[in-house]
Amino acid sequence: MSMSRDDVRKALIDCILAVAPEADFSNVRPDRPLRDQLDIDSFDFLTILQHLHERIGVDVPESDYGKMITLDGSVDYLMHRPTRPPGAATP
Amino acid sequence: MFEFKLPSLGADMEDGTFTEWQVEPGQQVARGQVICVVETQKGAIDVDIWQAGTIAKLIASPGQRIPVGQVMALVATEGEDWRAIADTVVPADTAAPAAPAAPAAPIAAPSAVPAPGRIKISPAARRRAEELGVDLTALKPSGTHAAVSIADVDLAARAAAPVDRQAAMRAAIAAAMSRSKREIPHYYLATGINAERALGWLEQRNAAVPIGERILFAALELKAVALALRETPELNGFYEAGAFRPGTGMHLGVAISLRGGGLVAPALHDADRLSLADLMAQLKELLQRARGGQLRSSEMSDPTITVTNLGDLGVETVFGVIYPPQVALVGLGRALTKPLVIDGAIAPARVLRATLSADHRVSDGMRGARFLIELDRLFQQPELLA
Repeated sequence: MSMSRDDVRKALIDCILAVAPEADFSNVRPDRPLRDQLDIDSFDFLTILQHLHERIGVDVPESDYGKMITLDGSVDYLMHRPTRPPGAATP
Repeated sequence: MFEFKLPSLGADMEDGTFTEWQVEPGQQVARGQVICVVETQKGAIDVDIWQAGTIAKLIASPGQRIPVGQVMALVATEGEDWRAIADTVVPADTAAPAAPAAPAAPIAAPSAVPAPGRIKISPAARRRAEELGVDLTALKPSGTHAAVSIADVDLAARAAAPVDRQAAMRAAIAAAMSRSKREIPHYYLATGINAERALGWLEQRNAAVPIGERILFAALELKAVALALRETPELNGFYEAGAFRPGTGMHLGVAISLRGGGLVAPALHDADRLSLADLMAQLKELLQRARGGQLRSSEMSDPTITVTNLGDLGVETVFGVIYPPQVALVGLGRALTKPLVIDGAIAPARVLRATLSADHRVSDGMRGARFLIELDRLFQQPELLA
């Protein structure tokens, strides 16, 4: 079963909040670079990807980091990656 | 027996407020174990012990303001009876009294008309407010209570803390950096390093491992700095009392900006001797603890040089201010793609701008240059950085 866009978006936001708890997504422009808006450095970014991997089983190779610049762009990209919905058994 | 004193927490911190003990008398402790927690301008610091022993007597108490160097506990060494030491009379000058005993609540002369806006507060809550520096006039009883309780005071203190913490941290940074610019005759060097080979090597390595084992370029850069320092030990250490004292290892102070503002530069110990994977693991741990306010006193006090990396922010070149009493600071920018002339042909390559700020009392530009050249050499042979 694949995840809906809303599910992916929510998973991503939850993973970002785990790293940047003060992030206010009501003020985040989904079409602007996330890292600048939320002060996310390369270490935070790697941690977010690790959380995402644990949560929905998605694997983002380093060569695709450039596709995860904005919130919208990241969700678009993740929608096309194999994911595992939260709660599903690890394959 | 030895005295466990509050260790130095870095050039910009002279004291801390004792928070709590994590040990009790009679307990055996190992070297490096966290013994107590002290609140400072840079957040709560876990104070670790530099020598093993058995805790004999706890002297510091919560709420007490403790200057660096003050005795906080007595510790028995191997073969000693901690109970005998516990009975030792503590010299008066080291046994500063605990938070002053709460004075008997003075009986205010009843005023004919209560001052307008006078708040109702329990005596215990008033004492707590004084201890925590909470403004009494800003307190309101919660819920249906008639008077302000201890819980209300704690809540108000927590709400006020972030602001005060930031101001305190700003003041601490200001003090250290002013001292640096007043006392240290800085000289500055910069060079562009072709990072193509190192980045390519790392990208290849990272593509072959699971996400949890990926290594950040920042970790590779730290390893290179630590190894390059072997060439120029006069950049690694301290200038104190008119003389240079070399560091006992390559303890890189990693400048970490904190969410919500402020900066800490705790030590990544013996970075030159760590494998790249271990260095990455320790860096991860350090970053997490720095941001979670869980740094150890040894990490605060013993960096032998600082490395500041603003590459993530897109900055190309950073010239840092030396953190006294250290004698050098390495600044790393972002690796930007530029046209380079390689073997007579123009080719695009990612170029990293590395800088060195160093103390002219200890080293000269020639030696500083030697360091940057060695750094460049190491970046061209990334397999040496594994």
